Amino acid sequence: MTRKLLTGNSAAAWGARLARVDYIPAFPITPQTEIIEDLAAWTDRGEMDARLVTLESEHSMITAAGAAASSGVRAFTATSSQGLLYGMEMVYTVAGWRTPFVMVNVSRGLASPITLESDHNDIMAARDSGFLQIHCATCQEIADGVLIAYRLAEHPDVRMPAIVNLDGFYLSFTREPVDLAEVSQASAFVGEYDPENLQFKGNSPLSQAMAVLGGGPYSYFRYEAHLAVQRALSVYDEIIDEFEDRFGRRYDMIDSYQMQDAEYVFVMLGSFSTKARDAVDSLRDAGWKAGLLRPRLFRPFPQQQLGQLLQGRRAVAVIDQNISMGMGGVLHSELATALYGASDAPLLASYIGGLGGRDISQQEFFAIADELRQADERGEVAAPRLLYTEHELTEMRKLQAIAQAEHAEIQQN
Amino acid sequence: MFRIRFHGRGGQGMKTASRILGTAFFKAGYEVQDAPRYGAERRGAPIFAYVRADRTAINERGVIDRPDLVCVADDTLVGMPAAGVVQGMDAHTVLLINSHETAETWQQRLNTEASILILMATEDVEDRAELPYIGSRCAAAAAALTNVIERETLAEALTEELGHLPDDVIGQNRDIALRAFDDMAQHAGLVAPGGMPSASDYDRPEWIEMPFENAAISNLAIHAGATSVMVRTGLWRTMRPVINYPKCSGCAWICSTYCPDGAINVRADGYPEIDYDHCKGCLVCVAQCPPHAIESIAEHVAREQEAEASS
Repeated sequence: MTRKLLTGNSAAAWGARLARVDYIPAFPITPQTEIIEDLAAWTDRGEMDARLVTLESEHSMITAAGAAASSGVRAFTATSSQGLLYGMEMVYTVAGWRTPFVMVNVSRGLASPITLESDHNDIMAARDSGFLQIHCATCQEIADGVLIAYRLAEHPDVRMPAIVNLDGFYLSFTREPVDLAEVSQASAFVGEYDPENLQFKGNSPLSQAMAVLGGGPYSYFRYEAHLAVQRALSVYDEIIDEFEDRFGRRYDMIDSYQMQDAEYVFVMLGSFSTKARDAVDSLRDAGWKAGLLRPRLFRPFPQQQLGQLLQGRRAVAVIDQNISMGMGGVLHSELATALYGASDAPLLASYIGGLGGRDISQQEFFAIADELRQADERGEVAAPRLLYTEHELTEMRKLQAIAQAEHAEIQQN
Repeated sequence: MFRIRFHGRGGQGMKTASRILGTAFFKAGYEVQDAPRYGAERRGAPIFAYVRADRTAINERGVIDRPDLVCVADDTLVGMPAAGVVQGMDAHTVLLINSHETAETWQQRLNTEASILILMATEDVEDRAELPYIGSRCAAAAAALTNVIERETLAEALTEELGHLPDDVIGQNRDIALRAFDDMAQHAGLVAPGGMPSASDYDRPEWIEMPFENAAISNLAIHAGATSVMVRTGLWRTMRPVINYPKCSGCAWICSTYCPDGAINVRADGYPEIDYDHCKGCLVCVAQCPPHAIESIAEHVAREQEAEASS
């Protein structure tokens, strides 16, 4: 095993290489492009025995990945943000084909306004598609997550495509030390892909019947897919035990930090959660019983497990790096569902933070903990809060003043 | 934890500087995180990169807001608010500036409590994006100031990170970097690792409730004219495609169709013409031209030739 500095993007490419993928349909988009650049260089130099093909869009790219997986080869692809949305028709469609492959999504805010920086609304848009979702917080988790995702996706009880999600900039362009498994070890873990009854052949074209008449057959197929995604929860636990045996790293479906006696808990997805780890340490130094939960597995959603872990806590702050317009944070809603009706459920507060890569400071974590304590004393939580400071609004007002002036000038001319 | 920021312009090698220093820390047994922060992603635009190094795993992420060392490759950025050079500096910070001016001058100008050191500026260059070896020099100076990276370790890291370059270029970078390392040796240890913020004594964030504002205010539409014509993106070009008309077959569509910026027009006589005000120099046309009638030459060479021709 070699330990080296890798960006999140390189770690993702290494994951694909170690999984010995056969086929990589590709389309570039910032901040994901480095992944396919690495894979292209390796395939070009013969260091990786795979075929990389550049497609004309994400729509075609995802179709190609699903079709390739249907023909029995292991497929890998990657996208981000607008690219994921552009391919969204096929995200839902290939999940219905029940074709297992892995797609890395590098999270980036959605237009409009357009940005390059991290935000989870892109991956949330794929939430209901049938794709499994593994969310990463470190570069190490990305490389390992791709291997785990293949095992999970290709498991005969599951057989669904999977997305491994990582945050743009905060992981994609950030180097961290990563332990890379030997190819032989990784191969032994991932195993061979058995496509079972998926038997497309390029040399004998066939049509796949995907149309149904009436809601009866439709409901059957859709609900079977749902049950398969849910089955991935128990399959994940088996896989993760084996992964730990082989590589010594443990990836529970929920990453728990300092939860043994925690009264006040942060719940969040992705790389910003490592900042929350630091905040938990500092809060504990200051006498707080703080803790952190981070679902690695977001689809299937481990709601029962989260409910158990949160039972009896005083108050919980869900920090969503996404926003469902007209509703609020998606993770908050899902956690509320998980806790509804449970005895001894904690107070549940909602925070929106980190939209478009907006940083979350340590002081903000401390202040959130303080608000949780106040909520606990009052017995009810405050209204959902956007993490946004007076200074930020002042800066926004300056931009608006420039826009007003520009607007007035255009009106005059 | 060591928290170090490098500020420069696109093309000066700030990302490379952060990688050299990151790899040097890693080789010295540290846990490391290094990253560039791109803005406009073009040569000459302000860019910064940062390095964190600690004895234990690093959980902190994103832009460094309390730097122990700020290293500035290009002193014209110091006074530019958008470049954010002085952001988060305090008495604990060391500011290292590549400049012809003295530390005292900068101390007066900035009125800062930070310690200021000067990385002696080399010869003047016309194109600020081409300060030679500045990335390697910044990385080496930073390494010396931390006093936890051996000279040899720094050299190994530099060789590793510049491995894609020819040997003589790596050698020049190494020699010049090691000179910067030695120059800073007298200040070794001046840059000290900073601590973690305290949860018992901190400035509470001044959060506000976002006010509701109707769309006429919250989404003021700014519809300007055809501004992209007015932006001379040709200034970004470092390589210039030049059509060799005697070889051009006048197929009239391949280069102009492939040009991603619509910067190749077809003249009335059926031959293409490159709009150098807007050609960014991607050289797609050079690759696509069937009779290989488009050559590429370095932009500065092209400009010298133009100057000669007009004199």
